[in-house]
Order: sequence, then structure tokens, then C-alpha cells
Amino acid sequence: MAKINLNMITQRAIEEGVAMEKGKTTPDYFEACSIIEMNAEDIKKLGINPNANVRVISESGEVIVKAVVGRQTCYPGLCHIRQGVWANQVVPPRTQSTGEPQYSGFPVTVEPAEYERIKGALELVQGACGLWKGDE
Amino acid sequence: MAKVITGVGCPYCGASCDDIEVTVSDDGTKVLEVKNACAIGNQVFHHASTPGRITSPRLRQPDGTYKEISYEEAIDRAARILVNAKKPLIYGFGSTNCEGMSAAGRVAEKAGAVLDNCASICHGSSFLAIFDNGYPSCTLGEVKNRADVIVYWASNPAHAHPRHMSRYSIFPRGFFTGKGHMGRKIICIDPRVTDTARVADIHLQVQQGHDYELFNAFRTVLHGGDIPDMVAGIPKEKILEAAGIMKKARFGTVFYGMGLCHSDGRNHNVDIAISMTRDLNEFTKWTIMAMRGHYNIAGPGVVWSWQFGFPYCIDMTKRDLVHMNPGETSSVDLAMRDEVDAFVNIGTDAGAHFPIPAVQHLKKHPWITIDPNICMASEISDLHIPVAVVGVETGGVVYRMDNVPIQFKKVVEPAGGILTDEELFDKIYERMCELDQEA
Amino acid sequence: MGEYLIKNGFVFDPVQGINGDKSDVALKDGKIVETTALSSGATVIDASGMTVMAGGVDIHSHVAGAKVDVGRLLRPEDKLFKSPKKTGKVSRVEMGYSVPTTFKTGYDYTRMGYSFVMEAAMPPLEAPHTHEEMRDTPIIDMAAMPVYGNNWFMLEYLKNGEIENNAAYSAWLMTATKGFAIKVVNPGGTEAWGWGLNCTTIHDPVPYFDITPAEIIKGLIETNEYLRLPHSIHLHPNNLGNPGNYETTLETLRLAEGYSPKSDFGREQVLHNTHLQFHSYGGDSWGNFESKAKEVMDYVNQQKNLTIDLGCVTLDETTTMTADGPFEHHLNGLNHLKWANTDVELETAAGVVPYVYGKNVKVCDIQWAIGLEIALFAKDMMRTFLTTDHPNAGPFFRYPRIIKWLMSKQSRDELLHSFKWADRVIAATNLESIDREMTFNEIAQMTRAGPAKALGIAHMYGSLKPGMNGNVAVYNINPEHMPADPDEIEKAFLRAAYVFKDGVMVSRDGEILATPPKLALWVNAKVPENAQVRRDIYEKFRKYYSVNLENYPVRDELAPNQRVIELDITA
Repeated sequence: MAKINLNMITQRAIEEGVAMEKGKTTPDYFEACSIIEMNAEDIKKLGINPNANVRVISESGEVIVKAVVGRQTCYPGLCHIRQGVWANQVVPPRTQSTGEPQYSGFPVTVEPAEYERIKGALELVQGACGLWKGDE
Repeated sequence: MAKVITGVGCPYCGASCDDIEVTVSDDGTKVLEVKNACAIGNQVFHHASTPGRITSPRLRQPDGTYKEISYEEAIDRAARILVNAKKPLIYGFGSTNCEGMSAAGRVAEKAGAVLDNCASICHGSSFLAIFDNGYPSCTLGEVKNRADVIVYWASNPAHAHPRHMSRYSIFPRGFFTGKGHMGRKIICIDPRVTDTARVADIHLQVQQGHDYELFNAFRTVLHGGDIPDMVAGIPKEKILEAAGIMKKARFGTVFYGMGLCHSDGRNHNVDIAISMTRDLNEFTKWTIMAMRGHYNIAGPGVVWSWQFGFPYCIDMTKRDLVHMNPGETSSVDLAMRDEVDAFVNIGTDAGAHFPIPAVQHLKKHPWITIDPNICMASEISDLHIPVAVVGVETGGVVYRMDNVPIQFKKVVEPAGGILTDEELFDKIYERMCELDQEA
Repeated sequence: MGEYLIKNGFVFDPVQGINGDKSDVALKDGKIVETTALSSGATVIDASGMTVMAGGVDIHSHVAGAKVDVGRLLRPEDKLFKSPKKTGKVSRVEMGYSVPTTFKTGYDYTRMGYSFVMEAAMPPLEAPHTHEEMRDTPIIDMAAMPVYGNNWFMLEYLKNGEIENNAAYSAWLMTATKGFAIKVVNPGGTEAWGWGLNCTTIHDPVPYFDITPAEIIKGLIETNEYLRLPHSIHLHPNNLGNPGNYETTLETLRLAEGYSPKSDFGREQVLHNTHLQFHSYGGDSWGNFESKAKEVMDYVNQQKNLTIDLGCVTLDETTTMTADGPFEHHLNGLNHLKWANTDVELETAAGVVPYVYGKNVKVCDIQWAIGLEIALFAKDMMRTFLTTDHPNAGPFFRYPRIIKWLMSKQSRDELLHSFKWADRVIAATNLESIDREMTFNEIAQMTRAGPAKALGIAHMYGSLKPGMNGNVAVYNINPEHMPADPDEIEKAFLRAAYVFKDGVMVSRDGEILATPPKLALWVNAKVPENAQVRRDIYEKFRKYYSVNLENYPVRDELAPNQRVIELDITA
């Protein structure tokens, strides 16, 4: 299975902003934030079609998201997950002694995970804290 | 008769637009229509009067579910948690007014807490750079009236500050800038082809994490030195062209964002941005401004500087003196080192915006969330206390990204008798004093 | 509220002509009263062997607002080693040194026996910030002066000679910002700084607006007198801090000739020149830098319609901050430390640069001498006020040290002769040859009676006359037995034995005992309805400001205890 190493960043997007204000448990927030944007070349390297799910693994965690090319193009080798719950599953908490985690510029490995489910925001965060009871 | 309220401040991003028109229902409880706001601001106003708002505090039960409790009980529990903790952390404040920040400051001092705000994971690097190098800046109206060159460096207002370009920087016609965007040159520096890059005259697609090098090249060129053919992925000619435009400006502003603060180098990236601005002032007039994220995230830096002398990461555990040392007294670092034994999340969502390992560490101890809405923090905390939405259900002073104070208005009554942040913190303070006397 | 009888102190009250007489001061219901008005239950304070004065009045100090807070934020090191530990029950933590927190500011002024402080510069757009900080500064009453000297409305009205329109606008701005007086900082020069330029003489035209600083100053004097404001214009002239600038200063002061005060509040001046020390320099380089205090004060002494404050250099590490944006940029070019600047749309600017006045730096020592010389050459101490332009020339808690230097030739000579370049400093100044030692009465004039009169608040502050606000300071120093060690003078004035504010004992031997409500003073001047100015305001906000006109005026919540001085010039 194809695996690629990318440099990941996470930043704001207007879709994320709108959805966040609507509520982080809404489908809008899920749609807006559970995606990874990368260059079309990199998607090709993964041997997947756009909109397929991938697993993103960093030094501090992993997360399943949907791979897209996105409107705000990344150059090959760079990828972006919009700021929020999914990105923060893999953002390293190291701060270079500044207080600020490594939100931008950390290595991730991306691999196809077409048959894996993307977890919801509550499932991810409550799950990480032992509070997730499953969908009711 | 529906009532139209004008000059309303928008409680979303650091542009803190105060020209919003909100139409509210006859009884003053519901937002009907919002004009002038961006898509996000629009949502903030409408969301506040969506049915299903949480209106009473909730306490986590042993089976993991929430039970509604009275404000009185919630205040008592919060006070006890703060009194009993050795090193509580009170963090957030991206979305509240200065009155709330001030009241929280008094609680933190009383509790011997660490008091921190979202700058800690956002523009904290800017503070570190300012401590070292200063901050030649201006208000946003200066940019509108004078600026003929605008640089957006590692910031993407098209997404993060949707009306920034139209209200303040690229498009408005000001006193000396009657031609609007026709009279301005826009330079965007970003590793992605962002929507902001698309409206710029020049886009330098810098290699991610190499901003420092590029600033260095600009400084070298400004001082008349030579640079390699390619720096940080940008050809020399492009750098010379951009530097030439900057040097010839009558009035220029660098707006920079998270791309500098969150990448390797952190405060050093901001530091050299400031140095470049200082260099440019040897030739003409230049200013620099941090694109602060939230409508009042400049607020805690302002309020706590006048109360404690420091803008963030304020450690009050010694009680008779306070100190600040980001890296040591910053929220994420404290969390990762397991140094705090209680956590108050106020006006932010650490559950969604901290790296998940930091959330897991904090969750080992009592976690209180003070927030109007259901968010990730509220859904993992032990105690959730809802409060009024600032800018919608209560007014107050907020500081825009340029540190200009804006007096926000209330547009509707708080849902179901909810307290404001200020009222809540004052009550917690009073309860702490009572507990002190009982002891 | 208790009653107090402060018994047997040596009382100094220049307003009543009481010059060290042993007498009693009575306090009741927040006011000073006749001793006969007290009930038998009044608490007696034994002040025998001590000095009693009215609460101090500071006419010029940067203590609250945007640039002050930039100074705090910019300098974490200002807190290091220098912040006292919190003591006492009612107080908050006290952080900072040259730019203390609001809490420390209120406590330290109180400890020195001060009861009123004028914030020296309030950018109108940022007035809510100034008021928020004043609200959070405990105990002391305050007011703030909005800065006018580079305001676009003003530049346009005065260019066209429209004094009435400028007055209508000025009154509107005063009310909108809850301001107290017309502050002018580097007139025209700060607007020029919008383009990185400056006006260093009073004849340099302001870019685009094509008006000169001289025209601005005269126009603002006329505006001020038209409005009959309690205070005169409060001027920081052009060309601050440069060798040879005394000529600019004299030229500036001459602009006031022929104007006489029109005000019902008792002031006699039409122009207050603030921090005169920074404007009394001779020479044409830092090499031949010298004092021109005598030349400047010879002129000031002759002109009854001028008042001044000192702006004494105290030889400390401090933080400079001023609406004189181009000056801070220039200063930064000299010391290369960090530099903060904020240009404020349509109104003003501000810069902040840390500065170390080194004891063994010749220029700093000369500056120190000039500050003292200005006081010592002054003939009328009711027109000469003690300031450090806090924190620019030094922190305000050095006032007691300045009092020591003014009262003791021995103490200033000892310091003068200890300088590394003492000979050169002595050659460039007059200080060594001056024998004058200030009296307690003169100190009371410089720190209370005088500034209260110049500000137009002498009906509330600056005297111990019955009916005045109940603000009293009792200093543990005996004028009949002056201490052999001059340092005792400083000690006594730094920590008053007793301080009363509005009749409440707020401090004893430096310990803060109570934090009663404090007042915000501001001036509400009613002018004839002026449709043109109203339209101009509407238009400028619509086109050029970045904030909404509705949200510009300071709301009442930000100044919870207001004392509004009402003026009506329509009558």
C-alpha cells in the first residue's frame, strides 16, 4: 500500500468558522474539518481518488480524514487539515518553549484508508478522555 | 414591531467590526436579521437565539451523564475547586469582554492560579517578539487612510478575518487613498495559494517553515546587500521586486498571522518581521500588525498588563508576586508536564483546539467549562456553567486587533436568566471569600 | 464615615497663607471642616512634630491608557527584582517599577499623600481604555487630557481660522471622551509622523494640511479661552529633547503674549508648558550640550500668563512614552533598544522606548541638573509644578527625592560631585552655583496649591480650607528640627504617616488601609448648536474612522463615580 510523508499545517478556513459557530457537534462542522487538503500529485501518489479516506499519522497520534485537493492549493509535499478537532488528533504538543504547539510544519505519514470510518468530533474528544458512550 | 439596532459590534474575529445592524423581535429576545456581517458573524448572532441553548449549569454524574444544577450550587462547586487546588489553571478569554477578564483576574489572584489566554497558543509568539524588539504599529483607520502598500504575510484574512480587506486594508477609500484598491499594491506571502493570495498583486509562495530566511533576504536587500538566486523557494527577482515596492511605499503595513507563530522558529519569525519593519522606517513609513484571531483576544493582554504587568501566562501561585515565563507557565506546557490540578476553560474550547494529548492530561483533574454553548470542552468537563453571549446578550469593552477599544452593545436579553462572565466570576470570588472565612 | 481631628501639626497651606503654624485640621463627611464642627466622638490624630498639607495634586503623569499599557506589556523586565511583595489585606499585587500596574500606581500615589492625578495624554479614539484603567486605579481621583494638537478636524478648522467651529468640535470631543483639558503634543509634528516626518520648528508646515505649529498653538489658545475651560492648553512643544531646542521653546512661549485667561475657575495662565526640562537645552550636539534653564526661566518669570512643570530627570532606568511619535523614533535611533509605536487615525500617535538615564552619562547628568535648575530659578512657585513627566524623566515615586534635592543643597551637591564627568557637568550647568533651598511652603505650592489652581480645580483640591475635599497628608518630618541626613526628607514624603482621602484614612506609614470610591473628573462644555460641526463629525466618521460614531463616546459604566464640571458658554 502506498504511503507518503508530507509536511502538515493547520489553519483557519471560513467554512470551519461558520460551522464552529453553528456548533461543533453539527454535520457542518464534520464536513468542514474532517478533510485533508493536499496537492493532486500527492493524491495520485497515494493511488487513491480524491474524496477517499486516508489515515494521517504523526508523532503524537493518528486520525482518519477525507483527502481532497481543495481550493487553496498546497504545493506537492505540503498538506493542510483545517484547524479543529481532527487536526488536533495529530498536532504535536511540543512548543519550542513558547507555549505554542507545533500547529504548522510537522511530519505526517498519510496512507489510504478507504474503508475506515471518519469519527465524529465528540467521539474523538470524548473517546480520548474515556467518556465516549457511543452514538445514542 | 421589530427593532433595528445599528452600530452593533461583531463577536467573532479580531477585525471586531462595529457596523452590524441587527433586527430583533418585538420582545427583545430573538435575533431576526443581521446585516453587514460576514458569513461567520451572521452565524454568531443567529446561533445565540437558536432553541435548545443550555440555560442552567450541568454537573457530571458518576455514570458520565450530566445533571442540571442551580447556579448557586455551580458557583459553590467552582469556588471549592479553586480554593482546594494547589495550582489551578484558568485559561481562555478569546470570547468574552474585558469586564469578564477583569473579574477573572481577581478570582485568579485570590486562588493563586495560573491565568492564561488563547494568545498562549496563538499570538503568544508575538508577545515574545514584542518583549525583545518592540512593535511599530498603528490603528486600522491609519491603514485605510494612508497605506499604499499592504503585505499579508502568513495570514489569510479571506478566511480568518473575512471583512478585514474590505473595511481596513485593500479596498476602502480613505482620506489619502481615494482610489481604494486601485491605488494600493498588495503582496501576499504564503505557502498555499490562498484566497488572499488570489487577490494580491504579488504572491510569493514561500516554502513552509522558511519564512525567517525570506525575511532575512528582504532585510539584506533593503540594506543594499546581495542574495542567492533562490531563497525559501522564491527567485531573487521576485524578492527584489517586492522589496522595491515596499521601499517606495508612502505608508505600508505588514499584517502577519499564525503561519509565523505556529511554525518552527515561532517568536523568531515575528522578531525578524519587526526588524524588517524597523528597517523600512529608515526609508519611509511602515507599520506592522498581528492578525489577532478573536474579537477580544487583544483584551486579556491589555487588561492583565494594567492589572498584573504581563499579558499572558501569568503565574500567581506565589500569591504575593506574580511572574510570567512562557514555556514554563504556558497552558499547554503546564498541561503536558501535569503541573496543574484544576482547569477552568472560559470563553474558548480547549477540547477542540489543544492538541489531544494536552486535553488528556488536563482531564485528569477537575475541569470546569464556562461557555454559552455546547462545545468539546463542555462535553468533557465535570462542570459546565453557561453564560451570556458577549456582543449579543451583554455588551462591554473589547479590544480590536489594533488594541482600539470598542464598546460593544447588547442586542437581546440573555436567554433564561443566564449570568454574564463578569457576574459569574464576581459570585465565585464572593463565595471564595466566604469559604476563606469559614476555614 | 468617621470624623478626624488632626492635632498640633505644622500646617502648610499656601492658599490660606498658613505657613507652618501649629494648628488643627478637621475632617467630617468627606470634607475639611472647621474644628468646631466636629462631634466629641471624632478620632484624634496626634500630628505633633509632623508636617500637614492638603492632598497632593499631580498636573502631568502618564499613568493610564493605551501607551502606558504598551509600556507595561513591552517590558516584562520592568517587573523583575523591582516589584514589592503584596502586604496588607485590602490590596492587590503590586507589579512593575517605571510603569507600575494601576493598583500599584494608586497605592504609591496614596502613600506619598497625593489625592489627584491628571493623566497627561489620552488619545480620543482610545479614551475608553484610559477610563477603564482610571477606574482600576484605586483611591486617587483622576482626570485625563485628550490630545488635540494633530487632530484632523482641528487642523482644518484652524487652517481656515474657524475658532468657533474648532471650539464646538473641541467641546464635543471633550464630552465624548470624558476629557478634562486640551492637550497638545508636538503640534503638527505627530501628523507629519504619519508619513515618517516631523515639524521641529514652529514654522514647519504640516504636510498636506499646510498649517504651521505656531498657528495651531495660537488657534488652540483662542479655542481654549473661547470655551472658558478650567485649565489652559497644556502644551508639549515641538523639538523636544534636542540640543539647542530652547530657542524653539522661547519662540513657542512668546506665542502666548497678548492672551489673557478667560475662565471662572481661577487660573491665571493661558498656556501650560509641560516638562520644561526637556525643552531647555543649549548646544548644537550631544558634545556641547548645555543647560539653558536660566534663559528659559528668565522669560517664564516675567510672563504671568504661563505656568510650567519640571519634568525632572531622576537618573533611573525608565520607560519613555509620548504622543510625540517622531521623537520616540529618533530616541530609538540613539539607544537602539526596543521601540513600540501606535499611530492613531485622524488624531495622534504614540511611541514607547525604554531608556536608562545613567548616573555616569554626561548628558543624563546635565538633564538632571536642568530639571532642578528650572525649579530653583523660578520666582513664582504657584506657577512651577513638580513632575517627572512620569515615567519619561523618571518614575513618579521619585518626587520625594526631588523634594530632597530642592530642599537640600548638600544632597544635590553630593550627587553632582559624585558624577564621573562632574567637572564637565558643572561647566555645562548652573546648578553648583545655586544656593537656594526650597521651603515647605514652596513645596506645598509646587505639589498642591499651584497645580490645583492651574488646573482650575482649586475649589476642591490643593488646600485645607473648610469645604474642600477631605484630602490630607501628614508627613513625619518636623520643619523646626530638620533632619541632619537629607535622606530623611525623602523618606518622610515617600511614605506619609497618615493619608486621608475624602475623609477616610486610606494609608498609614505606607500601609493601605482602605480603598474608597474614587472620582473621575471631566468637563462638559455646552456650546451653541453648530450644524456644520455636527455634519463634519458625521462625515469624518462615515468616511475615515474605522469605528462607528455611536460607539465612540465613553459610556458612563466606564467612569462609575463622575464629577462633571459643567460649563455653559451659550449663556
